[in-house]
Amino acid sequence: MNLVKLSWKYLTFRPLSTGLNILLLALGLAIMTVLLLIQDQFEKKVTKDAAGIDLVVGAKGSPLQLILSSIYHVDFPTGNIPMEEAEKLAKNRLVKGVIPLALGDNYKGFRIVGTNYDYLKSYQAVVTNGVLWEKPFEVVLGYEVAVQTGLKVGDEFAGSHGISVGSHDHDEHNFKVTGILDQQENVLDRLVLTSIESVWLTHDEQVTSDSTATTESSSHDHEAFQKPVAQTGFPDSDRPREITSLLISYRNPMAAIQLPRMINSKTVMQSASPAFEMARLFELLGVGVSLLKGLAIVILGISGLGIFIALYNSLKERKYDLAILRALGATRIQLVILILMEGLLLTSFGAFLGIGLGHGFLQLLISSNEQSMVSGIQAWAFLPEEGWILAYALLVGFLASIIPAWTAYKTSIAQQLTRA
Amino acid sequence: MLLHTSNLKFTHPGQPTLSFPDIKLDSKEAIVVLGQSGSGKTTLLNLLAGLMKPQSGEVLLDGTDLSTLSSQQMDQFRGGEIGIVFQKPHLISAISVLENLELANYFSKKKGQNLMTLLTELGIAQKANASVLTLSEGEAQRVSIARALVNNPKLILADEPTSSLDDEHASAVVELLKSQAEKIGAGLVIVTHDQRVKAHFSKFIEVTAA
Repeated sequence: MNLVKLSWKYLTFRPLSTGLNILLLALGLAIMTVLLLIQDQFEKKVTKDAAGIDLVVGAKGSPLQLILSSIYHVDFPTGNIPMEEAEKLAKNRLVKGVIPLALGDNYKGFRIVGTNYDYLKSYQAVVTNGVLWEKPFEVVLGYEVAVQTGLKVGDEFAGSHGISVGSHDHDEHNFKVTGILDQQENVLDRLVLTSIESVWLTHDEQVTSDSTATTESSSHDHEAFQKPVAQTGFPDSDRPREITSLLISYRNPMAAIQLPRMINSKTVMQSASPAFEMARLFELLGVGVSLLKGLAIVILGISGLGIFIALYNSLKERKYDLAILRALGATRIQLVILILMEGLLLTSFGAFLGIGLGHGFLQLLISSNEQSMVSGIQAWAFLPEEGWILAYALLVGFLASIIPAWTAYKTSIAQQLTRA
Repeated sequence: MLLHTSNLKFTHPGQPTLSFPDIKLDSKEAIVVLGQSGSGKTTLLNLLAGLMKPQSGEVLLDGTDLSTLSSQQMDQFRGGEIGIVFQKPHLISAISVLENLELANYFSKKKGQNLMTLLTELGIAQKANASVLTLSEGEAQRVSIARALVNNPKLILADEPTSSLDDEHASAVVELLKSQAEKIGAGLVIVTHDQRVKAHFSKFIEVTAA
């Protein structure tokens, strides 16, 4: 028998009250854990996905939407831009590199992105399983896509029009998997990558089949199917073409000042800075985050109060017990330790449960949103900041039990025992 | 001489000063302190147990003057050398019978008697792992006596141990206290207003309110 064991026995002697307090505390801490994890990983992810991209250029519309659709592949694209305009912009001396993107299709909710090898290079992604696409309709799958769909190198599938599941299929021509990327832990994991030509031809085909095309034009198309695709820069085309957006990196800091203004005022396109737009997004989300934080603090406060009341009430019933312990030779300090230990035991259980609940909740969130932005978040990654959650919990336990402990310290044993 | 008190006086706030007759007690000897309710006999017990400090006078237990001990030393000393049987059993209900006894060992830092042997002797061995809440009143009292004995104390103090018992049980409890105290060589002080107890002992003093 020792003090820790005795504290534990007292806690388990009142299972309902103890359980309720642990649960309440755990709930508050779980919210804090989730916020902490999401905030940390989300911000890291957001920066990682936008690494090397200074500016996104696309059709006019919402700049935030442009960023979300072209970098993070979550929102709908703003529209298309003429490739001619894009090529002109790429020649500007302030532009160091451009990566064109053509969006618009999906496979089981995973977006099909028409681009070139530069896009992969900008994320330092290499294909170890299979090879990169070389002809139209050849695709490379992101790691997550391959895992979720079960597709392997050599398999074929039909894309669907639009960027969300449930649209009609492009069943005229199948995509063929030539390679699968390793896990990148960025946005590439959730993408189906191919050439811009693939995206064009998919949609050409639709137009031709819809408007009862002549055999001449369809044989022309089939010739195009065999031509190797552009590996960098813009693809060749014999007619005016459109792309969805351009990812631009600046040649020098001056570009950050001149380029956006030039694009927005002198072209039919708009430019958006990922850093600026994401900062704006976080500012918008900030209200919700503060609200949740406030809620967590209120719950923590209430659970602290609950623990205090439980300890204080049990102390009233336990004054005899404490007096008996003193009569058996326990010192005042030992009684203080006993009560403090009870509060601390209770709250450390709450802390571990809370951290566990938080991670579990995040896991649930991730597994129910496989194609969205949260899917790249690791539910079971632990942060050093979680140590603070434990510290908070212990602080709550300490504060809640200090007054009862002091009361125990002052209890006069003789009076308690003789007031039978 | 195991226990020797001299000129003990104590004043409860707002009440007349109580002065107690001197007590002299040897090991294996027993004494009954008789007195009516409010005569201060429980106060005397608290003074002997070092739970309260006397206004004047001294308590010598086995050569140790209790008033010279610090509060912490007193707690330690009481845990090891004084066994107290309270009027009500006051067992810790969150833990089992055996754990209640272990607790006395833990706080006094003494090894003491073999707990199961002691429980067997008092006829409650079968309840060793039972919750305190399942005990009958008689069983609970025997456990509280066992708790007073576990550390082989030099002095056993009993406060009204028979007040709620019928003649038969009262006599059994008194005999149990007497035989156990003798067995471990401890002095026994029983404080009571119960005249039935007197018959079991040759030595007694009376406390009267001044």
